Amino acid sequence: MFKLINDTFTSQLITLWRVFRHAFVKADTVEYPDEKPYMFPRWRGRIILSRDPDGEERCVACNLCAVACPVDCISLQKAEDEEGRWYPEYFRINFSRCIMCGFCEEACPTNAIQLTPDFEMAEYVRQDMVWEKEDLLINGTGKYHDYNFYRIAGKQIGGKDKGEARNEAAPVDVRSLLP
Amino acid sequence: MTWQVGSALSIGTILFTVIIVAAMLIWVERRLLALWQERLGPNRVGPFGLLQVVADMIKIFSKEDWVPPFADKLSFVLAPPIIMVVILMSFTVIPFAPDVGVIDSDIGVLFVLAMASLGAYSVMLGGLASNNKYALLGSLRAAAQMISYEVFMGISLLGVVVLAGSFNLREIVLAQADVWFIVPQFIGFLIFLIAGIAESHRLPFDIPEAEQEIVAGYHTEYSGIKFGMFFVGEYLGVVLISSLLVVLFLGGWMGPAFLPPIVWFVLKAAVFIAFFVLLRAAMPRPRYDQLMSYGWLFLLPLSLLNLLVTAAIVLAQHGATSGGV
Repeated sequence: MFKLINDTFTSQLITLWRVFRHAFVKADTVEYPDEKPYMFPRWRGRIILSRDPDGEERCVACNLCAVACPVDCISLQKAEDEEGRWYPEYFRINFSRCIMCGFCEEACPTNAIQLTPDFEMAEYVRQDMVWEKEDLLINGTGKYHDYNFYRIAGKQIGGKDKGEARNEAAPVDVRSLLP
Repeated sequence: MTWQVGSALSIGTILFTVIIVAAMLIWVERRLLALWQERLGPNRVGPFGLLQVVADMIKIFSKEDWVPPFADKLSFVLAPPIIMVVILMSFTVIPFAPDVGVIDSDIGVLFVLAMASLGAYSVMLGGLASNNKYALLGSLRAAAQMISYEVFMGISLLGVVVLAGSFNLREIVLAQADVWFIVPQFIGFLIFLIAGIAESHRLPFDIPEAEQEIVAGYHTEYSGIKFGMFFVGEYLGVVLISSLLVVLFLGGWMGPAFLPPIVWFVLKAAVFIAFFVLLRAAMPRPRYDQLMSYGWLFLLPLSLLNLLVTAAIVLAQHGATSGGV
């Protein structure tokens, strides 16, 4: 009998009281268009393409992001300039497909592709959701300020020969017998 | 029998006010739910979002009024007005204040109970006529729920009737001049409160509707103004049950004299309406067999015991000849 009364009334009254107390708690939500919520720096929102500290495109058109993308929303074409640097001829992200999973950012070997805390990307025309390279490129370095892929990697380009990269030893001439 | 019918003007005013209040409850419920769920709720349309109701009404009136081709047309169309009409009829016997009310009927309590039982037909007809498996499940549950709460709902009120010695709601209020019936009839109050929640199909007893389980239950196939009638009918039910609780157990319009009687009535009813919303914010829904066994095995014996004890006390105090009905 006691258990029945406890189950039917006491526990229900406790529940009601606990929910009622929430009337005196400040609301967790904000009035969005007037008041913007704080967005965390690592929030996965709109995708950008960053530049290295010298102002060149970081993207080397390796296609790893397009491979990693689970919804196949990234499309790009490799090109090569006269210095031997690789760059994307076009780089296209279809944001109507993108699920903001961030796999492209994890796959990128040069920190070129990055996700930002911006999420306000609504458009009236579906075609406007397709962003080209000019729309994606920003003028800054994004989250990684000092990283410059071609200064670290061993790849030979115009103005930087073999062995001149940071932390790289000069190449060994395997045909020479000199000590 | 003494039947005093109010003037056409006062009848019109009461009808209009009750419907407006029921419509405004849509906003009240959403704001209060939001308050208890730490949200803000609708606050854009008009001051504090008060005109949200108008916006909802415009939307619901301009929607396509669709009757499914597989439905039973007549009962499908008939079901929503039944619940509106039946609950509005119940309001006729409620005494809002000494000089406000439609009919002064000697069978007020019986009339309200009869009308409340008819309201269940609306739910069952709507579900059966829809010819849809979710709607059928909803009306099946409505029938199961109805046979479990209607019984003890009536019996729980008889204690009040015995104490007041009348079925007339106005005389029941007047009989509470010394002490409100919630004190001597506390068990009856609790039982009628539970039955009232089940009667108005509100959480935790919205078993025929049960959005999470059977889409929208009996009104799955309804749209436009027909859905609006079910919707407003539900809120009318909330207002009716709150008014009944005030009239039967909380002394109706009685209260300290610094406020007019009608204000006391509205304040007391508002407390119950807010309580109904709090229940929705806090309570989980039982299975309908749980409600049935709870009603038949626990609340029905309890209400019978309550009636017997009340009758015995009244008999002992007043003697067999002078007291009672």
